[in-house]
Amino acid sequence: MSYVVLRHRDIPDLHTFDVYTKNGGFEAFKNAVTQMTPAQVIDVVKNSGLRGRGGAGFPTGMKWSFIDNKNWPHYIVANADESEPGTFKDREIMEGNPFQFLEGLAIASYAVGANVAYVYLRGEFWQLGALLDEKIAELEKEGFLGDKLFGSEYSLRIYTHLGAGAYICGEETALLESLEGKRGQPRVRPPFPPSVGLFGKPTIINNVETFTNVPMILANGADWYKSMGTADSAGVKIFSLSGRVRKPGNYELPFGTTFRELIYTHGGGVQDSRAVKAIMPAGASSSLILVDDEKILDTPMDYASVRTLKSELGSASVIIVDDSVSMDWLVNKTVHFFRHESCGKCTPCREGTYWMSNIIERIHQGQGTTGDVDLLLNVAKQIQGKCLCALGEFSTMAVVSGIERFSEDFKNAVTPEPLPQLYVKEREIGKA
Amino acid sequence: MSLETKYPNEVKQILSKYPPEHKRAAVMPLLYLAQREEGYLTKDAMRDVAQIVDITETEVAALVGFYTLYHDRKEGKYRMQVCTDLPCALRGADEFMNSLCDRLGIKVGETTADGFLTLEAATCLAACNRAPMFQTQGPDGIKYHENMTVERTMDLIAVLRRSGREVHS
Amino acid sequence: MTKQVTLTINGIQVTAPAGSSLVDAAKLAGIDIPVFCHHPKLEPVGMCRMCLVEIGRPMRDRATNEIVMENGAPKIQFLPKLETACTNKVEEGMVVLSQSDKARSGQRATVEFLLTSHPLDCPICDKGGECPLQNLTMAHGPGKSRFLFDEKLRLGKRVPLGDLIVLDQERCIQCARCIRFQDEIVGDSVLGFDDRSRGMRIITFSEPGFNSIFSGNTTDICPVGALTTRDFRFEARPWELESVASICTQCPVGCNITLNTRREAKAGGDFVVKRVMPRQNEEVNEIWICDKGRFVHHYTDSKRRLKTPLVRRDGEFAHVSWDEASKAAAETLKNDSVILASGKLANEDLFNLKALADQAGGKAYLYSHMGGGDVTTLIGVGEGTNIGAMGAGTTIVVVASDLYEEAPIWYLRVKQATDRGATLLVLNSRSTKLDRFASHVQRYDYGDAIKAAQHLGGIKTAEAFANSQNVLIFFGSDGLGVEGTANLASACAKFLQDGGYAGKPNSGLIGVWERANDQGAWEMGFEVAEDLAGALRGKSVYIVGADPVGDDPALAKALAEAQFVVVQDVMQTATTAIADVVLPARVFTEREGTLTSGERRVQRFYAAVPPTGEARADYAITAQLASHMGIELEGMSVSAVFERLAGAVKSFAGLTYARVSEVKPQWPIVGRGDMYYGGTTYENTMGLGVHLTAAAARGESLDVARAERESAPRPKGNELLAVPVNKLYDRGTTVMQSADLLRDWIGSPTISLHPDAAKNLGVEAGDLVHISFDGVSGEARVKFDESITANVVLVPREMGFAIREPIPVQISMPAKVE
Repeated sequence: MSYVVLRHRDIPDLHTFDVYTKNGGFEAFKNAVTQMTPAQVIDVVKNSGLRGRGGAGFPTGMKWSFIDNKNWPHYIVANADESEPGTFKDREIMEGNPFQFLEGLAIASYAVGANVAYVYLRGEFWQLGALLDEKIAELEKEGFLGDKLFGSEYSLRIYTHLGAGAYICGEETALLESLEGKRGQPRVRPPFPPSVGLFGKPTIINNVETFTNVPMILANGADWYKSMGTADSAGVKIFSLSGRVRKPGNYELPFGTTFRELIYTHGGGVQDSRAVKAIMPAGASSSLILVDDEKILDTPMDYASVRTLKSELGSASVIIVDDSVSMDWLVNKTVHFFRHESCGKCTPCREGTYWMSNIIERIHQGQGTTGDVDLLLNVAKQIQGKCLCALGEFSTMAVVSGIERFSEDFKNAVTPEPLPQLYVKEREIGKA
Repeated sequence: MSLETKYPNEVKQILSKYPPEHKRAAVMPLLYLAQREEGYLTKDAMRDVAQIVDITETEVAALVGFYTLYHDRKEGKYRMQVCTDLPCALRGADEFMNSLCDRLGIKVGETTADGFLTLEAATCLAACNRAPMFQTQGPDGIKYHENMTVERTMDLIAVLRRSGREVHS
Repeated sequence: MTKQVTLTINGIQVTAPAGSSLVDAAKLAGIDIPVFCHHPKLEPVGMCRMCLVEIGRPMRDRATNEIVMENGAPKIQFLPKLETACTNKVEEGMVVLSQSDKARSGQRATVEFLLTSHPLDCPICDKGGECPLQNLTMAHGPGKSRFLFDEKLRLGKRVPLGDLIVLDQERCIQCARCIRFQDEIVGDSVLGFDDRSRGMRIITFSEPGFNSIFSGNTTDICPVGALTTRDFRFEARPWELESVASICTQCPVGCNITLNTRREAKAGGDFVVKRVMPRQNEEVNEIWICDKGRFVHHYTDSKRRLKTPLVRRDGEFAHVSWDEASKAAAETLKNDSVILASGKLANEDLFNLKALADQAGGKAYLYSHMGGGDVTTLIGVGEGTNIGAMGAGTTIVVVASDLYEEAPIWYLRVKQATDRGATLLVLNSRSTKLDRFASHVQRYDYGDAIKAAQHLGGIKTAEAFANSQNVLIFFGSDGLGVEGTANLASACAKFLQDGGYAGKPNSGLIGVWERANDQGAWEMGFEVAEDLAGALRGKSVYIVGADPVGDDPALAKALAEAQFVVVQDVMQTATTAIADVVLPARVFTEREGTLTSGERRVQRFYAAVPPTGEARADYAITAQLASHMGIELEGMSVSAVFERLAGAVKSFAGLTYARVSEVKPQWPIVGRGDMYYGGTTYENTMGLGVHLTAAAARGESLDVARAERESAPRPKGNELLAVPVNKLYDRGTTVMQSADLLRDWIGSPTISLHPDAAKNLGVEAGDLVHISFDGVSGEARVKFDESITANVVLVPREMGFAIREPIPVQISMPAKVE
């Protein structure tokens, strides 16, 4: 099959303006602006079944139709904060196929009536930001961005904006705060961004991969897109495969491809030919899928099917864990990540991630007791359902699933009896 | 010298990206600009940026504290930030980091005696398929180095020391 | 009227205004939903997660959109997760459960999380006893800690945030109330969080640290003992304190305060004031006070307090009996005497003094650098006025005043009014902090204030009044003396009259006076002498609550030439030093009385501590003195003086102590068992005060003097025009007694120049220069103010230079720069 999003793998030098336009680039955008109403564009996207690729999987066309048309101006923001451990797809898209991403962003801008679009890149994508700036300048020069495009009344500017190191800015309202020059702490919702977003104005935020699908959908039609994937999850998805596989990388596959195909056909199998012990299908935020039965690997990767394994597909950042890994080590890694990245705004996440990291560190260092494992599980559950945004919830996923589904690993890591004296350790949490 | 005097074009260009009534939005790019030369933000630099976007120094300091890529004290000329998060760790990042520490004779968070390099642990940098990896943050911005070995890293450091510049691909 | 919404909270039907948060609505029904970050004066943020509740809504049929009924009642569908009651607003038919097992488990979880890193040092914590965290831990917390003690964060226990406030980082629960107070209420973001995650710490980067004159309020709303004042830190436990209602005497706002007292060994077992706290009056100060009002109370137990009457014998003071002293004073005041009294005094004191002057045939002058009070008695604000409710439809004009420095709480309230949609027009010769909130800022040159006021409705500012039903004008003395302010008042009054605003509630003229009760003095019929020195020279003078000798060499000279000087005051001053008779008066904490605020509200204060030595209340001293002159004044009962006053002064007609002491329910509810809701501000149970009626509202004909154009003196040659400006923390006698606390805020004398003027003089910012005018000279530091013209120099009042009105000065280079 040919690629939809990672088209640069089919077409050499697609990142150059000439090659991109020779391959039909910007026809979809031009056609939309000159031949279609914004509502028609939204309808096509709605009918395609495209869902947000950032993790939540919200229907894209429906989101666009929520924009408040009584309040202007409108903004559109591309979420290029890609920070979930295990996710590295947006980077490849923007490096390899930047114009298709920008074209998708432009089409979306037209559809929701935004004249300004921002690309919010994580600060570490400093080089990528410079690259996109070049591409944007090229588009302005060639008349694909700017005032009164293609002789219409529609004008559009795209600007890049660099974050500065904060996972939480991938959360859309934290991203908006950050873009406004504030600490990236999530806002209370409702109101949602399509009503009150950037600078208090209606704003649509989508993931880079979501936007990059759009030009192809407009070019080939909704039915074409829907014909790929499953009924619940239409189209193709980039699966970022990492962990203990021979060939980690991005794989663009239709929704519904099995774990087995991803790992063995594309990923070259597990390193050292070991057995798969666990899968984290949505990066560090995943509930761990216990692979105690070969059949589990035959589960199709779509939103609904992964849910039957008591996990979520999320951003499809598939981390493969083999049987050489002990889960207390793994949970220690994820909890430390979330403790470091908690924005600190709400109590359960701020205090809970800190508390969990103390307990799991103790367990992992061999200083824990069985009581500590129970306490860790209890604290994680106590965080659940109480946080301001999803980060707090995410921080508990590997903890709860790890302890519940891999209890042996934790049993082996702790001493059954309480230690004679309290584990004493000077500790100062600061920036790592 | 103020940022506006030193980099008039850059400041103007940054401000032009945002609506004039929301110029606060320019604070983050301006902080990168202010950090460019010294590698960290002095109190004066923060005050300067605060004045440009019309917010208080405390608000600027609160941003510097929140985001990990802004620094409020002098460390090595280059910061080498090695990803040790789960996906990289599954591919040997911890061992890579330990060997680097041994070779450089410093611990994580420390700076080499000559003040050239600070070694830090970073959270996921979206390069999980090319571990071990790190980024360098220095006077010429941020650059990724992927699929690294300790040997190649030591070579890179030697080149950096010699040329004083990161070579961008 | 706001739409009302009915919902059910814990089975109780509650009706609340649409837009209320669930926490506030519950409060109306007497249900306490626990909170930490939520504060009724601040925007909801949903940070602390203490107010987790279950929320259900009537289920609607998808097809018909009709409410689904079940057993005759709407079927309620509950949300799967707990929700924060602070961020959710009331909805018709909503069902809220804050006491269910699920809700309580959420609340318990939050308390446990907050306590993991909290030091639990309640036994040594100043907040202990009035601490929301302590109280809510008792109500909702776990009995035992599951968090290892050794893993608790050890952080700074004494981190100064500026000179006045100390941060205990361990106790902080990151609710951001203090940060949000500065951001939202004050509009000065001088506090913030450093770092993120569990590393978050309160920081200030302002210069000086925590640069706010409202900083003390953050200690009231801090729900833990993280923020304490340097004044009260480790001074007493809350449960040892008595509370007495009072009124702040530091400026004309008239903030309602509570004096917290305790018996102390150092006072021989008597009560002393331990701290000053705000007392709620939503129409005056809401639940806030400024730092000056909070911290300057130390003057009341200063070592310089006068304790016994003194009479000069052979050049030396002798301690004498009250009878002897008052006789000696009365003897000389019988003929051709002058009374000079200040607005530090209570209404009752001023009434007796005026009565004495009238009956003895003498003159009664108010000691002030401002005129125009005769105008504010005619056209000042009156009954029905509430700055706290002003918003769209009201235009507020601030002319020749820096409210931030002169009347901080008015600054706050004007800012709040603009937040609610009021239009603000600021007229001044220089930029002031209020400019930021103004929709219109108009500059005039010093010397042209009256002209600017006369053109208020003119083209430049007409827009500001386009949609205003009400106009409120604050006029002050920035760059103006007695004559200038009197003319300015007249010009403003004319505008209000012509526009039809006179006599309307929420409209009128407010003087930003020097002292708390200047307005009261004007109501009583006091005048300000244009040539005070001339009025004093050669007379027998009775000075009450004023220090003219210390303030002004010209007045000192005039008093040296007076026949006889009787001084009645609370402490030793330069004026008591030259007196023939000294009469010791009680400070406001030692007696009862009433004060009339700048917005003409009469408010009552109560005695909190025993008097110092033999000091007596001013009205009683005056009555005793009068009795020796054969004049009968009430001196025994303060309320009886007030009765006479109400009978004699038209604007006070019908007022009694009982009326002034009335209270009505206020919102938000504060000060009861629920300190976590509104903070430690005290509930007002002792009186909200009553507005005086203005002559305009009584339908009397208004005889406002025509404003004359001021003519500021023209500086010659190498002179500049020195113009007086006002400073909150000056060298006034009350402030200086708290100098340990406020030293850096008082600072050294500093004059402001335009950079160009400085260049001409060859001076740099920070230089020390020599300044001389009219027999006054001294040294001052230079700072720059780019908003003024190059021919003026701003000289702060009460900072060592006697400047009453604009005057030409010479500035010369310093002998030596340090």
